[in-house]
Amino acid sequence: MNINLTMIGQLIMFTMFTWFCMKFIWPPIVAAMDERKKRIESGLIAAERGLSEHREAQQKAQEMLNQSKDQAAEIIANAGRQASIMVEDAKDAASQEADRIKAHAQVEIEQEANRARNDLKDQVSGLVMQGVNSVLAKEVDAKAHQDMLSKLSQTL
Amino acid sequence: MSTENELIASGDYIKHHLQNLTYGQNPDTGVWGLAHTAQEAKDMGFMAFHLDTLGVSFVLGALFLLFFYSIGKKMTADTPSGAQNFIESIVEFIDENVRGSFNGKNPMVAPLALTAFIWIILMNTMDLVPVDWLPYLAQQIGVFFGADPHHVFFKVVPTTDPNATFGMSIGIFILIIYYSIKEKGAGGFAGELLFHPFGKMMLPFNLFLEGVNLIAKPVSLALRLFGNMYAGEMIFILIALLPFWIQWSLSLPWAIFHILIVLLQAFIFMTLVIVYMDMAHQKDEH
Repeated sequence: MNINLTMIGQLIMFTMFTWFCMKFIWPPIVAAMDERKKRIESGLIAAERGLSEHREAQQKAQEMLNQSKDQAAEIIANAGRQASIMVEDAKDAASQEADRIKAHAQVEIEQEANRARNDLKDQVSGLVMQGVNSVLAKEVDAKAHQDMLSKLSQTL
Repeated sequence: MSTENELIASGDYIKHHLQNLTYGQNPDTGVWGLAHTAQEAKDMGFMAFHLDTLGVSFVLGALFLLFFYSIGKKMTADTPSGAQNFIESIVEFIDENVRGSFNGKNPMVAPLALTAFIWIILMNTMDLVPVDWLPYLAQQIGVFFGADPHHVFFKVVPTTDPNATFGMSIGIFILIIYYSIKEKGAGGFAGELLFHPFGKMMLPFNLFLEGVNLIAKPVSLALRLFGNMYAGEMIFILIALLPFWIQWSLSLPWAIFHILIVLLQAFIFMTLVIVYMDMAHQKDEH
């Protein structure tokens, strides 16, 4: 238990060991640990960012979905309106056409009736003329009577 | 207790175990050589080395540094291996302690604490090697080189040698004074010693109080470690005096308890080193 130079030797050894530890052991270990800490930190930040981006994208997608739904509804409504307009137009056109055809038919019918009446008049006057002819035979100038009769038929 | 030593009484056995292997200058002849007896070692005075203390502590310190260095070189920030995990947990533990207690900025404190902590643990752990193994081995080696077996001394635990603990604490003491002067300036440090705690009027008293305070740091640091380990070693030696078939019943519980002391003393030493360094770095304490 004598105090001697051992003490000095131990002091020198302690100093050397500490110096070596400070120079060659502590820095690389702490550097690696810090590096890992940084990596974990940045990883967590990236994960957080990814999560928020995901949430944002979801929100955006929802928005777009809503928008397109609105658009679709609008388009459908427009189409419905247009279709009803077209139906309306077609109805109008059809009724106009029908009126037109009706009017045309009326005119035709009238013309036909007129013609038939004229024909009938002609035929009746012809028949009368024949009867008169056959009754009066030679006593009558066919040509003079014919003129008289056509003048008569025109006044009818 | 080895059987061929039956002639040596228990007291001699204990004394033999507590004697360091001393290499020094013989005061009479002036020749450097190994001390053959305890008296001879004592007569050598200050000009002597304890080869066992120096050797064991050097080997242990070198083992610590080599192990940490080899792992530190392969450090990776990716998934760490088992050994790297082990070292990282120690480094983290030290770092946490330094962060908790040390407020200054000095890259030396944490490595200092790490070195002190691991080195002291290793030196203390030598206490758990059965007390006769390494001395017996040393004895056989000594006999091989032609020495008298009774004169080959070998004290295994460096921390049971006050030279070792004082050597470390003096290193700490030098650092305390160096950083006190560096951080506070010579005037600041002197002022702390002279005008604290009672002001100018009580200057001599202050100097006495603060002086004792300052000196007590390394002394208590060294003596606490030395005392604990010496007492533990002593009890192991006493247990070794019992018949060999009963020794385990006492040495096992004591060894288990001693593991606690081994770690606790190293932790206390490290913590106090950090605290003393912190005090040396504190500028405006008053």
